[in-house]
Amino acid sequence: MLYLLYLLIFGFLLTAVIGLFASWIDRKLTARIQYRVGPPLLQPLYDILKLLGKETLIPIGATNLPFLAAPLIGLVSVMIVSTMLWVSNLHPQQTFLGDVIVVIYLLLIPSLCIVIGAFASGNPLASLGASREIKLILSYELPFILAVLVAIIQADFSIRLGDILATQAQNGIIAVSWSGGLALLVAVMCTQAKLALVPFDAPEAETEISHGVLIEYSGTLLAMFQLMRSMLLFALPFFLIIVYLGGISGNGIQLVYGALAYVGLVALITVIRNTNPRLKIGQVLRFFWGPMTFLALIAVLLALGNN
Amino acid sequence: MGILDHAFLKSLWVFHLATGSCNNCDIEILDCFTPRHDIERFGMQLTGSIKHADVLLVTGAVNRQCIPRLKRIYEQMPNPRLVVAIGECALSRGVFVHSYNCPLPLDHVIPVDVYIPGCPPRPEAIIAGLIKLIEQKKNPKDQPQA
Repeated sequence: MLYLLYLLIFGFLLTAVIGLFASWIDRKLTARIQYRVGPPLLQPLYDILKLLGKETLIPIGATNLPFLAAPLIGLVSVMIVSTMLWVSNLHPQQTFLGDVIVVIYLLLIPSLCIVIGAFASGNPLASLGASREIKLILSYELPFILAVLVAIIQADFSIRLGDILATQAQNGIIAVSWSGGLALLVAVMCTQAKLALVPFDAPEAETEISHGVLIEYSGTLLAMFQLMRSMLLFALPFFLIIVYLGGISGNGIQLVYGALAYVGLVALITVIRNTNPRLKIGQVLRFFWGPMTFLALIAVLLALGNN
Repeated sequence: MGILDHAFLKSLWVFHLATGSCNNCDIEILDCFTPRHDIERFGMQLTGSIKHADVLLVTGAVNRQCIPRLKRIYEQMPNPRLVVAIGECALSRGVFVHSYNCPLPLDHVIPVDVYIPGCPPRPEAIIAGLIKLIEQKKNPKDQPQA
């Protein structure tokens, strides 16, 4: 019963509210960078509500079950992952062994759902986008796991989020060490790719393949994908804060620090997306398997040396 | 008016369709999204897929080649949907009114909600037209019969 409460209140409601607020920050900051005024505060909420009220079309060529199930599975997996992150952040001692691995798996599922939904829609542009999304997953997963490995090594080879948080509470946050800083850099780039934002937005390049993977989605299904994206915009930076920046605790100045760290990460992601051009998928692969994996390996070696 | 209708008018995503225009109106539409005019203030966004769109912006004199395609595009739009005719050609076929190639004006092919005249209309005129559309949908009774 307690877990159900956590799932609904923290995992869904709070995550959705903060995620929608973060996507407003993203759009408003983008507008300010381009010397525009930008949308009002409630704009992401209006978008979701509007999509809920629209007709949902299913293309004739689509395979119905995967096409309808993909957004739901993606949304639920983000809900579960953010519940786990909230629980491990609020009660570090109550988490189970190996939850880092579960979180990494669950953070992969939204991307896989987008791929499945796009292939099921039967649109050539969508399957082009889906094949790019698969290559994107292949490219960022290796450096992302290596970067998380740095935090695991620094927490004495413990694969529990609670132990990583406890280590940081004792020895200071991981991001200030050389290995932790490099790992955070790599992880931020991987977050950018996981969110499919510029420069890694080849799967849904609006101007080139007109939203690619999401091209056939409309109405409620698109609303679920939008909400999933917004909630990921909370869950991924929150994961980085837990792993590298010592988590968010609820009292006084610590809460301000956590909120600032979160808003700072979202702002960093937005600035990266507004100051870079879109990369071709081959360039993305070369970027992640070349410099990023190299940096992550150096960070792992540094962490092993210190330990 | 329910909350979903309210949200609909607050976040109109537009899809831009040129049915044989001279590209002038299309440039003016894109001007609406530039920093000077910034139509995102009203929650409007340019979408690349017709399945995401709420408003169809049509420019150009609808020619024979475009009529079946225009109908297919319109049928692929999810309800509720709005259509805006932009520029003299879309309103009345402009200089092509006697052309063998433009048999019908736009509003004989699909229903049109707002007409924005001009050759091309200024971005301010396009924004004013879209805002009038929103106002009219908010209070359908207040508008004088044109």
